Amino acid sequence: MTDKPIDLHRPVGDATTTTTCYMCACRCGIRVHLRNGEVVYIDGNREHPVNRGVICAKGAAGAQQHRSPARLATPLLRVGERGSGEFREISWEEALALATRWLGDIRQRNPDELAFFTGRDQSQALTGWWAQQFGTINYAAHGGFCSVNMAAAGMYTLGSAFWEFGEPDWEHTRYLMLWGVAEDHDSNPLKLGLGKLKGRGAKIVAINPVKTGYAAIADEWIGIRPGTDGLLVGALIHELLHADRVDLDFLVRYSNAHWLVIDDPGGAEDGLFARDMDGHPLCAARNPAGGSILQRADLIDIAPQVVGPVALADGRRAVPAFQRLAERFTGEEYAPELVAARCGVPATTIRRLARELAAAAFDDPLRLPVAWTDVHGRQHPDMPGRPVSMHAMRGISAHSNGFQTCRMLHVLQLILGAIETPGSFRFQPPYPKGIPPANRPGKTRRDNGALDAAPLGFPQSPADLLVDAEGKPRRIDKAFSWEFPLAVHGMLHTVIRNAHAGDPQRIDTLLMFMANMSWNSAMATSETMRMLTDRDPASGDYVIPRIIYSDAYASEMVAYADLILPDTTYLERHDAISLLDRPISDADAAIDGIRHPVVPPGRDVRPFQSVLLDLGARLGLPGMVRDDGSARYPSGFAQYMVEHERSPGVGLLAGWRGADGVQSGVGPPNPNQLDRYAANGCFFRAEVPAAARYFKMANRDYLDWARGMGFVGSTQAQVLALYAEPLQRFRLAALGHGPIQPPERERARVAAYFDPLPFWYPPFEGARLDASAFPLAAVTQRPMFQYHAWGSQNRWLRQIAARNFLYVHPETGASLGLADDNWAELSSHLGHITVPVRHHAGVEPGTVWTWNAIGKRRGSWALHADAPEGRRGFLLNHLISDLLPKGGDGDYANSDPITGQAAWYDLRVRLRRAAEPAQSSSQPQFAILPALRGPRRG
Amino acid sequence: MTSLPAASKRKLGLVIDLDICVGCHACAVACKSWNEQGQFGPLPDESPYGRDPMGVWFNRVHTYEVEAGNPLPPGSGTAAVSNPPSAAVARTGMAQAPMTVHFPRSCLHCEQPDCVTVCPTGASYKRAKDGIVLIDEDKCIGCKLCSWACPYGAREYSEVRGVMQKCTLCVDRIYNQSLEPADRQPACVLACPTRARHFGDLGDVDSPVSQLSAARGGFALQPELGYLPVNRYLPPRERRDGNAGTTSTDEPIERERLSPLLRWVDRILSR
Amino acid sequence: MNPALSVLLFTTLSGAGLGLLMWASMLWALSPALAGRSATIAALCVGGALLSTGLGFSFFHLGQPLRAWRAFSQWRTSWLSREAVVAVATLLATGICVVAVWRDHRGLAVQLAAAVLASLALLTVIATAGIYASLKPIRAWNNGFVAPFLVSAAMWSGGCLLWLVFAVHGMALPPVGLLALLLIAGASLGIKLRYWLFIDAAADRADAVHVTGLGGNSAVRPAEAPHTESNYLLREMGFVVARRHARRLRLMVMVGGFAVPAAALLFAQWLGRIEVPFAALACLAVIGALFIERWLFFAQARHAVVGYYR
Ligand SMILES: Nc1nc2c(c(=O)[nH]1)N[C@H]1C(S)=C(S)[C@@H](COP(=O)(O)OP(=O)(O)OC[C@H]3O[C@@H](n4cnc5c(=O)[nH]c(N)nc54)[C@H](O)[C@@H]3O)O[C@H]1N2
Ligand SMILES: Nc1nc2c(c(=O)[nH]1)N[C@H]1C(S)=C(S)[C@@H](COP(=O)(O)OP(=O)(O)OC[C@H]3O[C@@H](n4cnc5c(=O)[nH]c(N)nc54)[C@H](O)[C@@H]3O)O[C@H]1N2
Ligand code: SF4
Ligand code: SF4
Ligand code: SF4
Ligand code: SF4
Ligand code: SF4
Ligand SMILES: [Mo]
Repeated sequence: MTDKPIDLHRPVGDATTTTTCYMCACRCGIRVHLRNGEVVYIDGNREHPVNRGVICAKGAAGAQQHRSPARLATPLLRVGERGSGEFREISWEEALALATRWLGDIRQRNPDELAFFTGRDQSQALTGWWAQQFGTINYAAHGGFCSVNMAAAGMYTLGSAFWEFGEPDWEHTRYLMLWGVAEDHDSNPLKLGLGKLKGRGAKIVAINPVKTGYAAIADEWIGIRPGTDGLLVGALIHELLHADRVDLDFLVRYSNAHWLVIDDPGGAEDGLFARDMDGHPLCAARNPAGGSILQRADLIDIAPQVVGPVALADGRRAVPAFQRLAERFTGEEYAPELVAARCGVPATTIRRLARELAAAAFDDPLRLPVAWTDVHGRQHPDMPGRPVSMHAMRGISAHSNGFQTCRMLHVLQLILGAIETPGSFRFQPPYPKGIPPANRPGKTRRDNGALDAAPLGFPQSPADLLVDAEGKPRRIDKAFSWEFPLAVHGMLHTVIRNAHAGDPQRIDTLLMFMANMSWNSAMATSETMRMLTDRDPASGDYVIPRIIYSDAYASEMVAYADLILPDTTYLERHDAISLLDRPISDADAAIDGIRHPVVPPGRDVRPFQSVLLDLGARLGLPGMVRDDGSARYPSGFAQYMVEHERSPGVGLLAGWRGADGVQSGVGPPNPNQLDRYAANGCFFRAEVPAAARYFKMANRDYLDWARGMGFVGSTQAQVLALYAEPLQRFRLAALGHGPIQPPERERARVAAYFDPLPFWYPPFEGARLDASAFPLAAVTQRPMFQYHAWGSQNRWLRQIAARNFLYVHPETGASLGLADDNWAELSSHLGHITVPVRHHAGVEPGTVWTWNAIGKRRGSWALHADAPEGRRGFLLNHLISDLLPKGGDGDYANSDPITGQAAWYDLRVRLRRAAEPAQSSSQPQFAILPALRGPRRG
Repeated sequence: MTSLPAASKRKLGLVIDLDICVGCHACAVACKSWNEQGQFGPLPDESPYGRDPMGVWFNRVHTYEVEAGNPLPPGSGTAAVSNPPSAAVARTGMAQAPMTVHFPRSCLHCEQPDCVTVCPTGASYKRAKDGIVLIDEDKCIGCKLCSWACPYGAREYSEVRGVMQKCTLCVDRIYNQSLEPADRQPACVLACPTRARHFGDLGDVDSPVSQLSAARGGFALQPELGYLPVNRYLPPRERRDGNAGTTSTDEPIERERLSPLLRWVDRILSR
Repeated sequence: MNPALSVLLFTTLSGAGLGLLMWASMLWALSPALAGRSATIAALCVGGALLSTGLGFSFFHLGQPLRAWRAFSQWRTSWLSREAVVAVATLLATGICVVAVWRDHRGLAVQLAAAVLASLALLTVIATAGIYASLKPIRAWNNGFVAPFLVSAAMWSGGCLLWLVFAVHGMALPPVGLLALLLIAGASLGIKLRYWLFIDAAADRADAVHVTGLGGNSAVRPAEAPHTESNYLLREMGFVVARRHARRLRLMVMVGGFAVPAAALLFAQWLGRIEVPFAALACLAVIGALFIERWLFFAQARHAVVGYYR
């Protein structure tokens, strides 16, 4: 008998197009296969530089996201109480007219009364610009609650960051440390890299209280206690300094280690760099004739000194920055024995790790045989390597000490010479664009009502803050105020509370885009829901008067908006993955890309970015109307992507510019640009020249190339900031110097935390609570197969996990009498939740954890009201306070004092066994949201 | 026909590297996605948005905790067929730290699979040409017996369709001339972001997959049952944590009596 | 294994029916006079009906019942196919015998046919047993106890049924018959007890260490399953029964399946009259208890697949 005949050669579909995935922010290239116009299969695009053909679980399930019954189908106007989920379907014309009226009034009155906040959108190149044109300072994306500590620490230290702006040298690294990484944005590149490293025999060390995913395949798992990484990093630095395993030559060449810091306690310039008359930094260099002399620190062919005080011309004392650093870290404070008990890592392990780091960096020299020219024109025959790399994510950043801890990590990299050297951490173009980048947040409005600069930027001194004459915050989220001076991504997690309190000001309309702020994206979720629905007892009006929201799906947040602008799915619209936003470059190339409509929406929905441009035109915003008042981009966002120029020749897309499409980076708009992208897998890749791929901060070929691409204005060396002088400027203000000083309440805080050298301090929440009352730490992790709230509406992904459990170390569980599948009450200073428990040996015993955002509100996401996500699943967010526990100094957001980063993982809890709740429902539960009319239901 | 064909020379199968599998489920979803629309689909879901969501999958990813281990007594475990990870342990003689291992599970395309011989209808069969084990869904009566006969849980019955379904080794991809040659690989293999999955001919000792399996001590599951699985799992490599590394003694760093800063005073650096 | 009602009903009912067919046809083959025409016809009809009912249940248990005819094709390798073939052959033979006996054919040919029927019925039970006993992933089935037990249980329950038929026809059980029945019952119970000892002691390989091959001599514990909700494998194979519960049920099997019917048999013989109610009681008890026994046979069988999950 013969085998059954099978049609072995059936084509997948009748058409295939490429586009860019949007199931997470990694933005891989995908191929979408269509049959009779229906999406039948999605796989990875082998040509795409981000994923090289691989695809993750979420991406492979994209078709089901696109077909989700939770898709919104038409604009909605609230008719019931806010939060009830009762809406009337309205036309786009009605919706846009209404929005135009609301926003038009605001713009007349005071543009700052519009608070425009977005979630993990990938369109900040447009949204930030739109806010600037509208003229509101109250704009930000989600970075403030995401990983701004990482971004800011990187930008103020290296001009690049772990968070999407840099990567380990996957080809050459021999030792990789992963600090607090569960999944990361760079999901697929990271996995490709880890597979490669393991194959090559590189050692991988995972520092993480939880051992899953990447930590599971690491050679070594260091189960650290949450919030104490700074102690471990400090102890590693301590050991390396004591062993003199430090790359001083690297430091004096590429960092400010030898720059002289004025040592004039009480003086107005104490802690700033000593500079000559022209503002050039000074150093002490060995005098060929003997002794040492003061010299410009940026000169070459000098022999700078890294220790030893010197007297400046004016008689003040100064010491090299490195000496300050060494003094801090050689002290007993960071001795392994002293930190071991606190961070849970034995001193012997710390010492061994330090030895391994040094051995990997220094003992087996790696030199790439690539000749290169430095920024001073000196030729080098090869590139010396330091094959030690680090990668870190929210385990480091989502703490109130995250900025300084992350800076400390960068310092560790610096002293190993492990930045931009072969085998170490590499920058991704367009970064570095200045350390920090030169742009400051917009503060004042021009005559046309637009802000003078984009609302977000990098303050370098108190003059750049957004504070009023008394030093009070100007922004609704208090970013760039004395409370959070370097909140460079804004602070989405404070907006609702502040808007509710009218602190620092009342706003009229909250415009939000893809941020599930009444559920998994909120801290203190129950409290947030209350504030969103609270009415002013006097007027009876909502305290937050108007909420406009754009979502593509029936998320929990939809019920809390007054006007819903339904968005398309990612297969139905144009998007720009722009170098002006968070780029998808790798260390060897600048890369950008597009999404384009693969299928028509078939519902009455519109791409939000086009809607924004339409609104802008209706409002007459600068840049969005022609002189005759007609719309500048009547065809919507696709037209903007091609035609808009941020500065002459620079637009959203870098590829195929110029009329004939041959210019890269800079060039006039090319009307056929999108076709060129579509023909090239929807991405553009500009390779960094071979000699320019390392030492980017001081590589002439790189800087020339980067200027040609429009990334940097000058080709001067960018000096890595071992010592972060801008922080000292804020501290000096706090100490009473200069024209702009903090209000009294903030002085001590700014003075304490704006230390130009990194240091560790205990996370705030724990420090303010009685440790015995809340003995455990609680954290969440991203599951690899779901993206925040979006996964549950996906029929495939929810089959992997439709409920979550609280994972507890078996010993901890046993001591509390908790067995698998028992119920437990978990309490924080904010409240209680009741949840099912499972044992997990791969967790540090003092920590409990769960998967993030699996729990759903019943009735949302077009799921059955009894779906496990709603009944059994739970959110930790009900326990995570947006405010710190009451201390002596008033209410502060539960945030890093420098960047305002939300301190999700500072959470302290207490656990005890509880009776199984009625109907086995996790607690708390809320009213079941009514189903919205979805695309396929009647 | 449920009599097994004469042993084929070609034994197509997968080699799965447990050392680098991060348990991301990409292979499982990519498999579902491909087969949903492929020759052997759909893979129906029950209650897809409801209270008991479940459906047919050909590939499932487990996670295990392997407790700290001791070296095996010499001679136990016959190399390729049993007790694999301890090979690493045995080499060093050091205790292996506890491990978390991700473990994808799909059809192993066994050489002597009872799932074929028990089938009363001939729906379950093994291809003579390449050893792929398939189900002819037009013949299947849905008696489920083959799923009872499979010790690996590779067969899932579809209540909706009333037939048994299983991994096809992507037979509708691997020969498919409408695909580019590089795409003629199982969907799960192409998807895997760590590249932990490899496809090839395990009947040919010189094939890359056979070589890889030989080099890394690839092992078969439940060999004692005699099904002779074709697929191989590569055991986790030796974890070079503190115990297994070369620097196992703790020599505190030599501390200078004077401030360590002094030694840098005379250091000649160049910029 | 999940004790699906249809499969339990199939094996208990058709088992008893096949047992009855065996006894009745064997008796006819040995001595038509002893068997008696109307009792034999009644016994064959009841046996055939039970077998058909059982087959009916398993037919509707199929996902695609309309294709059931395909199940006759693979008798070379498949016990299920063999079972289908011999079961249908048994039914056919039953029909032929009924007609023959009905027509009062007392010839050798009919006796031979009856002997063939008896062997077919036996083969059917053996084929059913073969299905289970051949499944290597299920330690509780893949052993030498299954076939002897199923055969003896079929004969014991079928024997009780035959007694009932005889009683209804006012016929007495010959003493050899009584002895044979009691011997079968004893054997059957003995096998089951040995079987239970065996599965309680059998090294269970359905655990993560064995099925994953991980761990060598260290423990392996499932940390996360591939799915938080159920799936086919867990529904079909993930059935668990509490030990205490199982002990109670075993006791019920011993009492209901053996003690009660045997006592009824002996007591009725001693009384020497009003046999019908006792026979009926014995039949109900033995079939009910064997249903429980079959439930346990499934419920206590651990499939290797479960090892991946627990
Ligand atoms: N699949 C998937 N991918 C995603 C997302 C998703 O939802 N799903 N979300 C995206 C988003 S928005 C973001 S911001 C990124 C986040 O990417 P990650 O930062 O990788 O994700 P988290 O889940 O926040 O992981 C934080 C890790 O830090 C550990 N951790 C917690 N506290 C500490 C500590 O004090 N020290 C150390 N060393 N470790 C600690 C946690 O155990 C966890 O493993 O992921 C992105 N990628
Ligand atoms: N406990 C805990 N909470 C956390 C975190 C944590 O680690 N632990 N992490 C925090 C972090 S880092 C982040 S980034 C946030 C993530 O928080 P969010 O950015 O709010 O993430 P989601 O809730 O998944 O998505 C927001 C909304 O986007 C909608 N959406 C999806 N696709 C589209 C689209 O194409 N168009 C439009 N208009 N809308 C769309 C979704 O329907 C959803 O309602 O969560 C934060 N919350
Ligand atoms: S990592 Fe996955 S979800 Fe994210 S963009 Fe890539 S394929 Fe899509
Ligand atoms: S793994 Fe199971 S289904 Fe696949 S061939 Fe082997 S026995 Fe058959
Ligand atoms: S379920 Fe189908 S394939 Fe499996 S044994 Fe029955 S008929 Fe054969
Ligand atoms: S080979 Fe194909 S059918 Fe089999 S598991 Fe992989 S993707 Fe699924
Ligand atoms: S895709 Fe690869 S890494 Fe992910 S679970 Fe499957 S085998 Fe493991
Ligand atoms: Mo995030």
